[in-house]
Amino acid sequence: MAAVTEAPPLAPAPETKPPRKRGRLVPYWLLLPGILWLIVFFALPMIYQASTSVQTGSLEEGYKVTWHFATYWDALSEYWPQFLRSVAYAAAATVLCLLLGYPLAYLIAFRAGRWRNLIMVLVIAPFFTSFLIRTLAWKTILADSGPVVSTLHTLHVLDVTNWLGWTSGDRVLATPLAVVCGLTYNFLPFMILPLYTSLERIDGRLHEAAGDLYAKPWTTFRKVTFPLSMPGVVSGTLLTFIPAAGDYVNAELLGSTDTRMIGNVIQTQFLRILDYPTAAALSFILMAAILLMVTIYIRKSGTEDLV
Amino acid sequence: MSVLNWLKRHLVVIAGLLTLGYLLLPNVIVTVFSFNKPKGRFNYQWQQFSTDAWKDPCGVADMCGSLSISLQIALWATIGATVLGTMIAFALVRYRFRARSTVNSLIFLPMAMPEVVMAASLLTLFLNLGAQLGFWTILIAHIMFCLSFVVVAVKARVMSMDPRLEQAAQDLYAGPAQTFLRVTLPIAAPGIAAGALLSFALSFDDFIITNFNAGSTVTFPMFVWGSAQRGTPVQINVIGTAMFLVAVLLVLSSMIIGNRRNKQKA
Repeated sequence: MAAVTEAPPLAPAPETKPPRKRGRLVPYWLLLPGILWLIVFFALPMIYQASTSVQTGSLEEGYKVTWHFATYWDALSEYWPQFLRSVAYAAAATVLCLLLGYPLAYLIAFRAGRWRNLIMVLVIAPFFTSFLIRTLAWKTILADSGPVVSTLHTLHVLDVTNWLGWTSGDRVLATPLAVVCGLTYNFLPFMILPLYTSLERIDGRLHEAAGDLYAKPWTTFRKVTFPLSMPGVVSGTLLTFIPAAGDYVNAELLGSTDTRMIGNVIQTQFLRILDYPTAAALSFILMAAILLMVTIYIRKSGTEDLV
Repeated sequence: MSVLNWLKRHLVVIAGLLTLGYLLLPNVIVTVFSFNKPKGRFNYQWQQFSTDAWKDPCGVADMCGSLSISLQIALWATIGATVLGTMIAFALVRYRFRARSTVNSLIFLPMAMPEVVMAASLLTLFLNLGAQLGFWTILIAHIMFCLSFVVVAVKARVMSMDPRLEQAAQDLYAGPAQTFLRVTLPIAAPGIAAGALLSFALSFDDFIITNFNAGSTVTFPMFVWGSAQRGTPVQINVIGTAMFLVAVLLVLSSMIIGNRRNKQKA
């Protein structure tokens, strides 16, 4: 093995390699178990969910498919505030992730030097510790009498956020601000890593060239760096927005009944109220909305790049 | 003026480090509060220093049991997802076949779907089939959502590998099995390892999908979730701190090994 990896580089590979002819069935055998798993436990459940959403009945008597599409209308008219809230919180968290994550990704890619590996470890390592425990830590950080809240209070930041409706009273916990803060925190690595990947590919000499052509640092960033990092921005945005829109952990742990997101509703309907058709309809609407977004994205970039 | 200039030149660095602080602050809190001795049931306020929880990490009822269930599920889910995902990755890179784009979307979609949607739909399947919720349904779900990440990790590695190395092995009279075991697999190993590591972390830490499909089985994240309602024992922080340290050590050591390899090569 060592001999293989240490061999001197061979001449450049020919541009197109002919596909193998032998064993026409081999790829299908390789694909079969995994794809079957995804069909049975990912695709098929989607169909079951769609069918559940148009059923009527009760737990005791069982459910029957009655094509009762009114469930969708009822679910939407009752829970549209939670839908809107999910989109708003997820969008706010995504924008914050981009604003916070870009400087760090830039720092790792261009300015970290020999500290690069260490910073990468520090970005990735929290990802390997239970996110629920880390989210609970925000309860301590944002505690009513804690240093963060009293600083914000002294600086009159809380007056502004109260006026905007992001916080209420003298607290941050149990307000939209706390939930957005938790969402931003939880999905920040999903923004930083794709940003870093696309920034790292940029040839440093492009910056020098821009400087030689009398571009100021800000102009260089606006005209060279940022456009070249667009793939990272797009995939980071999707990777942050999608899980944030469906999340219910932050809203439950850091929020209150006024900050319930659509994930909370689906969870309660499914696991506590046991109203399966409504829960399935809500989940289906959420899925359709996300799929629409992803499809638009795939149209632009092609699936091969994503997988 | 020079201070302003310095600030201006290092603005990115300062902003980046602030973000890093934001990312690490909760871990610092978790670690510090693992040495707390809380008064009530909840460990959110600092009271006094104590090493009680570290001396008796399993002192809370059911916590270490849930930890062991989570580790078992993560282990089996990692093995299952790594084997199935590696096979798919090889098929995608090495072969041409029909329905390629369907296969690609089937792998991409689980990563693009909100967890709560997958969780809810999988539960409708299990309810309709009358399956007994518990260890096995959790394992099935975890293999499902880890699979795609393994495919991505392995695919990236196999794509960057020179196909002529295998041809060379065959020219030197290695059979297909020998070529695969002695050439292909060792080169693909870092990608497979990355996929496996990611699977383990994803499975061990999963809450949303597990919560829907667990029945009465309690995994470690579910234990933490429950304790957020009932009262958070300090031992949770001990486990959280230990996990963080193990993760840092693992990643650091893999990086050092990687660096050494690169130096040897150069």
